[in-house]
Amino acid sequence: MSARFDAIVVGGGHNGLVAAAYLARAGRKTLVLERRPLVGGAAVTEEIFPGFKFSVFSYVVSLLRPEIIRELELPRHGLQILPLESTITPLDNGDYLGSWADPDETRRELCRHSPRDADAAVIFGRLMHHMAMAVKPILGMVPPDPASLAPSDLAGLLKLGGHFRSLGAERFHALHKLMTMASADYLDEWFEFGPLKATKSASGIIGTFLGPRSPGSAYVLLHHYMGELDGAFRAWGFHKGGTGAISETIARAARASGAEIRTGTAVERVLVRGGRATGVALASGEEIAADLVVSGLDPRLTFTRLVDPKELPGDLVEGVRRYKFRGSSGKVNLALSGLPEFTCLPGPGPHLRGAISISPSIEYLERAYDDAKYGEFSRHPYMDVVIPSMIDPGMAPPGQHVMSIFVQYAPYQLNGGWSDAKREAFGDTVVKTLARYAPNIESLILHRQVLTPADIERITGLSEGNIFQGELVLQQLFFLRPVPRWARYRTPIHGYWQCGAGTHPGGGIMGASGRLAAQEILGGVR
Amino acid sequence: MLKTSPFHARTAPLVRAQTWRRWAGYQMASAYDPHPDREYAAVRNAAALLDVSPLYKYRLTGRDAVRLLDRMITRDMTRLAVGQVYYTPWCDGAGKVIDDGTVSRLAESTYRLTSADSSLRWLHMNAVGLDVGIEDVSERLGTLALQGPLARAILERLTSDVAKLKYFRLVETTLRGIPVTISRTGYTGDLGYEIWVEALQAEALWDALIEAGAGYGLTPAGVWALDIARIEAGLIMLDVDYFSSHHALIEARKSSPFEINLGWAVSAAKGPFNGRRALAAERARGAAWGFVGLEVDWPSFERLFVAHGLPPHLSNVAWRTSAPVYREGNQIGYATSGCWSPLLKQSLALAHLRAPHFAPGTPVELEITVEHRRERARATVRKLPFFDPERKKA
Repeated sequence: MSARFDAIVVGGGHNGLVAAAYLARAGRKTLVLERRPLVGGAAVTEEIFPGFKFSVFSYVVSLLRPEIIRELELPRHGLQILPLESTITPLDNGDYLGSWADPDETRRELCRHSPRDADAAVIFGRLMHHMAMAVKPILGMVPPDPASLAPSDLAGLLKLGGHFRSLGAERFHALHKLMTMASADYLDEWFEFGPLKATKSASGIIGTFLGPRSPGSAYVLLHHYMGELDGAFRAWGFHKGGTGAISETIARAARASGAEIRTGTAVERVLVRGGRATGVALASGEEIAADLVVSGLDPRLTFTRLVDPKELPGDLVEGVRRYKFRGSSGKVNLALSGLPEFTCLPGPGPHLRGAISISPSIEYLERAYDDAKYGEFSRHPYMDVVIPSMIDPGMAPPGQHVMSIFVQYAPYQLNGGWSDAKREAFGDTVVKTLARYAPNIESLILHRQVLTPADIERITGLSEGNIFQGELVLQQLFFLRPVPRWARYRTPIHGYWQCGAGTHPGGGIMGASGRLAAQEILGGVR
Repeated sequence: MLKTSPFHARTAPLVRAQTWRRWAGYQMASAYDPHPDREYAAVRNAAALLDVSPLYKYRLTGRDAVRLLDRMITRDMTRLAVGQVYYTPWCDGAGKVIDDGTVSRLAESTYRLTSADSSLRWLHMNAVGLDVGIEDVSERLGTLALQGPLARAILERLTSDVAKLKYFRLVETTLRGIPVTISRTGYTGDLGYEIWVEALQAEALWDALIEAGAGYGLTPAGVWALDIARIEAGLIMLDVDYFSSHHALIEARKSSPFEINLGWAVSAAKGPFNGRRALAAERARGAAWGFVGLEVDWPSFERLFVAHGLPPHLSNVAWRTSAPVYREGNQIGYATSGCWSPLLKQSLALAHLRAPHFAPGTPVELEITVEHRRERARATVRKLPFFDPERKKA
């Protein structure tokens, strides 16, 4: 056996790196083991085509916790989040709906389509602000189990109860509706302009196998407004150098605190002796001893791959088996010889520095979901398009560009399974869909990378290609994430912990799971 | 009538929200977009193009030009080589700062002085008996600051003369046939250049740079963006962070170089110059005030807002109003400008603190107004600059 560590983190995704940084700062001799040659997990930047750098999977920084930025001193280690200011939705009639950095400009733009919605948006924004204020503290909280009588759970529940009581009846009711309704229904209560509703509801379906008319899709609307609460802090945007650069920034912070990070080192299994984790065995056969093993992998890998499920209680194994991954999104990355020309806004302009949302109507999105529901990828998919090289010119050679297209839906369980031919057909569909709004796109493509959920699983290890390590749906959130009773980062195996996005609060480059897990570990083994 | 810069015909159509400001009697853009976020980001991420033409500029020629400048500024002029630039303050006889700016040695006995305020009278007063020509070229020259990590890459598309240009050096060259002086200087604390051009060729220069920068994210930026960058870089501003001793209505408003963090620029060795005796005495006894950075403690700042049920408010424009600074309940000084740094993710301020409270690490409290109430946020004294990337000098 080689040198002994206090803690080994399995998986160098951003949550694993965050956990490692906190453990190392607390003086624990910490080792991160990453299977791939680079850290980041789904937050990686790779030069897929010479001279063109892609945020291959995750492409924006969303809700990165300000306390992590501060406590790990990330600005000192290279954090640089750039503004991603606008969203345009091209419409089928050749017009567009824009949302700009300046609220007055956005309001005037919305007035063009619906003066009533322009007024409603302001009031809706205030309600969402209050909802987001209500929910935000939960992001920084270890979930208490409402069925538990343990003092720490009771204390957490009391705090939570007090918090919700302080909301007042009106906001509590609104929050309840938001947590249970379909985003389309919820938005129908507020707005009339279809493309507005569709574009807003799109944030409710990202990464989940739900359509805008599925109950439970409304709550994710909040995420956007939670981002706005941190607005000036700018924990939301495009990281210079792509999302891989943020992983490297966290890795630098971890190393600066003494953590060791080994890439290209796959962990075969976690060593368990007498109900206690004692280290890991690598794919190479080497064994490394440690007092603690922290898994940054998703719940399926954490509980059924890294350890023998026989070591675990049957109800936990069953819970993990039922835990829903159902990867539903794909990604198309394009190297472009020039800028796309959108019919609705010809020529270069500020709209190319923001997001371009292909979400012309709720019906469009729901039909896209219908295809997936029956095992096909969407013939007319929802797409979130950004051109990172417009924000960070370092991503592509001067005058040339990279385009990132997040696509939904592409079901992991495709009829007949994914194949090379299906992948390319999916890529063709995406490009063809975009070409309806930007006809010159096809002539600009120098290189195309198409990633299906099967590819995401193969490359990153994320089960079923789910980008959030399991769907962000109500039955899999908070004290239910990943499974009841095991939502506090612990596992039934002593010294074996979870820190990935499969734990509360999960999803996005938030880092909160990694931080909360480290805090629990440091409190728990004191 | 306010004056307009030689680049006005190019910049004016870009000022979308008509956010203009006055700067030394010129009408200049605060920002081109309604908000400066993107313009600021360009300074730190790609490159920004800033019109800094309102600076006062003087061309000094003749045998005694060097003696005039040496008598005036606090740095040792005899050590300024041809092609070199000094940043320096200059003082009155009592050692109080009149202004700060740059001195460039363009040729053997040709110099250019820049200043924030008009310096013509002071130059002539100090030139009595000297063989020196003093020419105010403020309006004859336009000046663009090209600042940011990609500034060099953009200039290299137009000239091979900047590849080896060192920090605070200058070169005379042509860009697309336009004669210019390029100095590796700026007010952002980043890699950057200032480009000096005859006003008649200003628009052509603007066009050449915009075209060269197209693939490099070059972004026209206004004073709001510049203000955030210069606070991060810890660079002082006349009439904001200190007052000219020529304009101060009361003694208390005057500052010595030591009191505004420019003690490093006061030569202890050089011959006679304005304020020498007073400055030597002050150096010996130690300055009464220090000019330092303050870093506001985020949790303490956030608490003040959360108490009202509000998220912390961070402006994307720097503030320029005086705010008291306390230590253990007693006022020990005042902050003169500050901003939220989008890069460092910190609320920063520049402050004058009384001795002995200006040592780095000293815990202080900064007054801020939250929901109409005066509150105090915890802050820590920091050495300036807050941000000092290697690329600035590399």
